[in-house]
Amino acid sequence: MDLVQLQRQLVEYRTSLYHEGFLDEQFTQLQELQDENNPDFVVEVVSLFFEDSERLLNELTKALEQQSIDFKRVDAHVHQLKGSSSSIGAQRVQKVCIAFRNYCEEQNVEGCLKCLQQVRHEYSLVKTKLESMFQLEQQILSAGGSIPM
Amino acid sequence: MDSCNCIEPQWPPDDLLMKYQYISDFFIALAYFSIPLELIYFVKKSAVFPYRWVLVQFGAFIVLCGATHLINLWTSTMHSRTVAMVMTTAKVFTAAVSCITALLLVHIIPDLLSVKTREMFLKNKAAELDREMGLIRTQEETGRHVRMLTHEIRSTLDRHTILKTTLVELGRTLALEECALWMPTRAGLELQLSYTLRQQNPVGYTVPIHLPVINQVFSSSHAVKISPNCPVASIHPSGKYTPGEVVAVRVPLLHLSDFQINDWPELSTKRYALMVLMLPLDSARQWRVHELELVEVVADQVAVALSHAAILEESMRARDLLMEQNVALDMARREAETAIRARNDFLAVMNHEMRTPMHAIIALSSLLQETELTPEQRLMVETILKSSNLLSTLINDVLDLSRLEDGSLQLDLGTFNLYAVFKEVLNLIKPIVSVKKLHVSLNLAPDLPEYAVGDEKRLMQTILNVVGNAVKFSKDGSISITAFVAKAELLRDSQTSEFFPVPGDNHFYLRVQVKDSGIGVSPQDIPKLFTKFAQTQSTATRNSGGTGLGLAICKRFVNLMEGHIWIESEGLGKGCTAIFMVKLGIPERLNEPELAFMPKVPPNHGPTAFPGLKVLVMDENGVSRKVTKGLLVHLGCDVTMVSSSEECLRVVSNEHKVVFMDACVPGMDGYEIAVRIHEKFTKRHERPIIVALTGNTDKVTKENCMRVGMDGVILKPVSLDKMRSVLSDLLEHRVLFEAI
Repeated sequence: MDLVQLQRQLVEYRTSLYHEGFLDEQFTQLQELQDENNPDFVVEVVSLFFEDSERLLNELTKALEQQSIDFKRVDAHVHQLKGSSSSIGAQRVQKVCIAFRNYCEEQNVEGCLKCLQQVRHEYSLVKTKLESMFQLEQQILSAGGSIPM
Repeated sequence: MDSCNCIEPQWPPDDLLMKYQYISDFFIALAYFSIPLELIYFVKKSAVFPYRWVLVQFGAFIVLCGATHLINLWTSTMHSRTVAMVMTTAKVFTAAVSCITALLLVHIIPDLLSVKTREMFLKNKAAELDREMGLIRTQEETGRHVRMLTHEIRSTLDRHTILKTTLVELGRTLALEECALWMPTRAGLELQLSYTLRQQNPVGYTVPIHLPVINQVFSSSHAVKISPNCPVASIHPSGKYTPGEVVAVRVPLLHLSDFQINDWPELSTKRYALMVLMLPLDSARQWRVHELELVEVVADQVAVALSHAAILEESMRARDLLMEQNVALDMARREAETAIRARNDFLAVMNHEMRTPMHAIIALSSLLQETELTPEQRLMVETILKSSNLLSTLINDVLDLSRLEDGSLQLDLGTFNLYAVFKEVLNLIKPIVSVKKLHVSLNLAPDLPEYAVGDEKRLMQTILNVVGNAVKFSKDGSISITAFVAKAELLRDSQTSEFFPVPGDNHFYLRVQVKDSGIGVSPQDIPKLFTKFAQTQSTATRNSGGTGLGLAICKRFVNLMEGHIWIESEGLGKGCTAIFMVKLGIPERLNEPELAFMPKVPPNHGPTAFPGLKVLVMDENGVSRKVTKGLLVHLGCDVTMVSSSEECLRVVSNEHKVVFMDACVPGMDGYEIAVRIHEKFTKRHERPIIVALTGNTDKVTKENCMRVGMDGVILKPVSLDKMRSVLSDLLEHRVLFEAI
C-alpha cells in the first residue's frame, strides 16, 4: 500500500482508538517519551503491560475459583492491574478495574466474577487493537517512512 | 336585936351576895375551861401554827386559873382542910405557870407582831406583782397585736391596702380616736393628708414640710408626742371635747435605688411620711411606753412593706414595657423582612429582565454604528448608544450598591499585577483626557510591590471612579496620580482619627492620591460626597451626568478592603485631592494550596532537562515503574528502580536527590518508608526529597504525607510537562504540595 495511505490509515486508526475510549492522554504521553535514545519505548512498555496483565488475570481467575475467596488478595491484584492500565492509558480496562475494586470491598462474589469477565474482555480488545496498531507502524517503518505523531 | 343607928354592925355573910359570887365563879371557871378548848379546837383546825408550845402553856395557865376559881366555890363557905390544900396547890401551880407564861410572852409577842408586819409586806408585794403581771400581759397582747398587724400589712403587696390596713389595725389595737397618714408630695415641699381612719375621703389638706414640729418628728426614729393643736393633728374637729394625746412617728419611704446589693440600706433616706395617732377624746388615757414602741415597730414595717410594693410595681411596669417593646420589635422585624424580600424580588427582576434588553440595545446599536449611516442617523445612533451605556452603568451601580449594603458582596481575592492595574486605568481615560487637553501623570513609588493579593476588578473600579471624577470635574489643568505604600508615620496625619492601619507581615496598605485642579468642592459639601444619590448643586455636575453613586460604591469597596477613602479640597475653584488607602496582601509562593498558582507569571521554563540528576523510583507495579522511568530518563535523569520498600531502604543513599514512591503500596506502608528515610538521613541537605505518587489526592492522604515528612504529593498519571515543572519546583524550593 502507499506510504502516505498507510500513514493516514495509522492516524485514523489511532484517532478512532482515542474516540472509542480505548486509550487516553496517558498513551500520548508515552509516545512523547519515545525519542532517539528510546526508540522502542512504547512497544516495550506495552509488551510489559501485556505480560503483567495476563499474569494478573490468571491469578485472579485462580483466586476467585477458591471455595473461600481471599478478597484481600483479589483486591491487591486488581489494584496492580488498575495501576498498569492507567500507566499506559488503557482507559476502559482501568474503568472496569475501579468497579472491580468496589465489588471486592463489598465482598460481592457475583460482581467480582462479572467484572473479571469484563476485564478479560476489555483487555483482549485493547490488546488486539494495540497489536494491530503496532503492525501498521511496523509496516510504515519497513516501507521507509516515519511514524506520524 | 334591935337595929342600932350608931355603928354598922358587922353583917353576917349575906346569902344573896354569896349566891352571886358562886354563880360568877362558876361562870368564870367555865369560861376559863372552855377557852383553851376553843383554842385547841381552832389550832387543830389550822394547819400551821408555830407556837404550839406557847399555846400549851397558855392553856395550862388558863386551866389552872379556872381551877382556882372553881375551887373558890367551895372556899367561900366553911371548908375543910383538904379543900384548903387543894386550893393552895392550885394557886401555887397557877402562880408558877402564870409567871413562866409571862416571861415567855416577852419573847413571843414581838415575833407575833413581826409576823403581822411580814404579812403586811407580802400583801403589798403581791399587789405589786399583780400590777406587773397586768403590765406584762398587756405588753404581750401588744406584741401579739404587732405580729398580727405586721402579718396583715405584709400579706398584701398593694400600696393602698397596706396603708389602709395599717391604720385600721392600729386604730383597733390601740383604740385610737383617729389615725392619719401624711405623704410627701412630688415636689417634696408639702405633706398631704392621704389616708385617715375615720374620714372616708380625706380632702387634700396639705401642710408645709418644714414646720418645726414635723422636723422634730422626722429627726427622731421614735414616736414623738406632739401637741394636739399643731396643724397635722387638727384634722379631726374635737369640738367641745378635750382632745386626747397625740403622737406622731415618721415612716421612711425607701426607694428602689436605696437597695444596694451588698448591704441593707441605711435609713438615710430623705423622704418620710408622717403617721399621726390620736387617743380618744375626753379620756384620761396616756400613751404608754409599750404603745409607743408598738407604733414605732409598725411604722418600720410599713416602710418595708411599702418598698416591697413599690418594687413589685416597678417590676410589673418594666415587664409591661418590655412586652410592648418586644411586640414592637417583632413587628418592625417582620416589616424589615418584608421590605428585604420585596427588595430582593425587585433585584431579581432588575437583574435579568432589565439587563437583557439593555444588552440587546447596546449590542445592536454598536452594530448599527458599524453600518453605512447618514451623519444625522449617526448622531442619533451615537446618542442612543451613549444613553443606553449610561443606563446600563446605572443599573449595574445600583445592583452593586444593594449587594454591598446587603453585605452579600464578597471580594474576589486573587494575585494580580498592581502596576498593570494603574496602566489599564490610564489607558481607559486616555481618550477623554486627550479630548479635554488635560495632563495626567502617574507616579508609582519604587517600593510598591509589583504583585498584590486582592480584588483586582474592584480595585480597578475604585481607581477608575476616582480618576474619572477628577477628569470629569476638571475643565483644564493637570491630574496627578500617586501610589505608594502607607508607612506608619504617614498614617498619623490622616484625617480620620479612628482609622489606624497597621501594616503587617503579609499585608500592606496601598495609598493612592489623585490630585486635580478642577472645580473643587466646598467644605460643607465634603461629607455629602459619599452619600448615595447626593450631588452638589453646581451646574457642572448636572451636565456631566452620573448617578452620584460612584463615590458611595467606592467607599463601600474601600471599606470591604479594610481601608478608608476621603476627599480634601480647599474650596470651590481650588481643585481637590481624593485619597484612599486599602489593605492588600503580599503574595506568598510557598505552602499555599488555596493560592492560584501564578496564572500571569510566565511559566518557569528553567532547565528542560536535569542532566545527571540521581533519582530513585519505587513502585511495585512494573508497568508504572517503567513509565515513570521513561519520563525521568527523557528528562535526563539517572534513574534507579526498586520494586519493594526493603530494596528501597537498602539502596537509597545521599547521592539520590529525589525519591519517587508509590504511596498506595499495600504491604509496607509507604509512609513508613518516608519515616525510615528521615531516620537514615538526619541532616537535611543529605536527605533526598521524598515525593509520593498516588492515585488519590484527598485531603487525608495529603495530610498523612505531610505528617510523615514527605516533601510532595503528585497525582498519577503524571504528564511530561508536569514532571518537568514538579522537578524544577522541587529542586528550587525543596517542597511542593500540588494544588488540586
